[in-house]
Amino acid sequence: MTDTKENVCLEVKGLQLYYDNDKQALKDIDMYIMQQRVTAFIGPSGCGKSSLLRCFNRMNDLVDGCRVEGQILLDGTDIYDSKVDASRLRRRIGMVFQKPNPFPKSIYENVAYGLRIQGVNKKRVLDEVVEKSLRDAALWDEVKDRLHDSALGLSGGQQQRLVIARTIAIEPEVLLLDEPASALDPISTLKIEELINDLKSKYTIIIVTHNMQQAARVSEFTAFMYLGELIEFGNTDRIFTNPNEKQTEDYITGRYG
Amino acid sequence: MDKSGHSQHISQQYNAELEDVKKSMLEMGGQVEKLVADAITSIIDGDSGIAEQVRENDKPVNRMESDIDEECARILARRQPAASDLRLVLAITRASTDLERIGDEAGKIATQTIDLAEAGRSPGGYTEIQHMGTSVRGMLHDALDAFARMDEKLALKVAEQDKEVDRYYGSAMRVVLTLMMEDPRSISRVLNIMWALRSLERVGDHARNIAEHVIYLVKGKDVRHVGLKEMAKQVKK
Repeated sequence: MTDTKENVCLEVKGLQLYYDNDKQALKDIDMYIMQQRVTAFIGPSGCGKSSLLRCFNRMNDLVDGCRVEGQILLDGTDIYDSKVDASRLRRRIGMVFQKPNPFPKSIYENVAYGLRIQGVNKKRVLDEVVEKSLRDAALWDEVKDRLHDSALGLSGGQQQRLVIARTIAIEPEVLLLDEPASALDPISTLKIEELINDLKSKYTIIIVTHNMQQAARVSEFTAFMYLGELIEFGNTDRIFTNPNEKQTEDYITGRYG
Repeated sequence: MDKSGHSQHISQQYNAELEDVKKSMLEMGGQVEKLVADAITSIIDGDSGIAEQVRENDKPVNRMESDIDEECARILARRQPAASDLRLVLAITRASTDLERIGDEAGKIATQTIDLAEAGRSPGGYTEIQHMGTSVRGMLHDALDAFARMDEKLALKVAEQDKEVDRYYGSAMRVVLTLMMEDPRSISRVLNIMWALRSLERVGDHARNIAEHVIYLVKGKDVRHVGLKEMAKQVKK
């Protein structure tokens, strides 16, 4: 698949984000997120990368005094349009957080949760979705014999993959990953990265990470952000071998900014 | 890219590692320059003593290449350099390979000197050696200088000079061929001169390679297999 205009999944146009009405967290962001590609957001703490990620499924709606201007287009529709229902949007754009947050339920019920609240209760359907999601999340072989044990008994890396299984059980189009591996050991981290690589054949993935090597390993596109601005956005290979902007270069090579 | 050097990392240790390996490569360059100069002197003066020294001094240069390679591998493994740091490490390993080959060519010239010391002087070709020797020594010096100062314009000049050296090599070949035809008894000795000219031409090629690594380092563009015109375009970008 070549990356052309037709393969754009999300288009960000002149996005501005304010917290407490006056503090501007994102300044005039324009970018494209390509379908079935991994896009990584990198930048120092406070640069706005998580804020931008949260804009994609309107997580900022829940923050008091937060205001968004500009547009994010999904299939040509602005997700901030008043006609768009936020919970339906979040079904299409799922999110995984830094710390694994499984529900205090069984492994099975964690994955089935999204379907149950949609009113699906047929055991045959649920069984099928649970197995498929756990397989896709590369967790099935490790948990298939203890599906009804508590999810809290899993290791951190397993919990994170369980959360990913729960997210993909409702078949979203986009996965937002906010530092999905930063609380995990190196082997669990590699498993998550491997999983990201497998998942991109079905999903569009956006990942926020502090680990630059991780961004270099998993993504096709990289966005470097600094002080709420998008400094540079482009092909990951180019960003990591020959960036255009000095600020990008200084950041990825570990120099004073 | 920023030319303020590789000394602004948050990690001082990383600064030192990059600076050190670059310094080692330039030191190796200095040694190799001397090898080439001595090899040329040895053949022109017919001094087999100097020639023996050149062959002996090529050995530490080979060791330097291995050391630089090892250090670069260590930096890649431990620091995972990116962007211009990555290009620096790659350019250094490539340049040190070219320098090692230049050392070998100097050794080959020295071997011709030793052969000639036994067989007697060639009836000619020394002017050509002198002329080409001066050109390629200048190229090598400029290539190393361009590396040290990250001067892509000087690097481009080196590549341009290589074209001239190649052209001169063609006419020098015709001169020595004429010598062989004039006196078939001299063929073996003239052949020694021919091999030396050939080695000098190779030195020029390697100097050009180093210049190309400089352009890669500064501009991030691989210009190894493009013509001079395209190279000039990349440099001016």
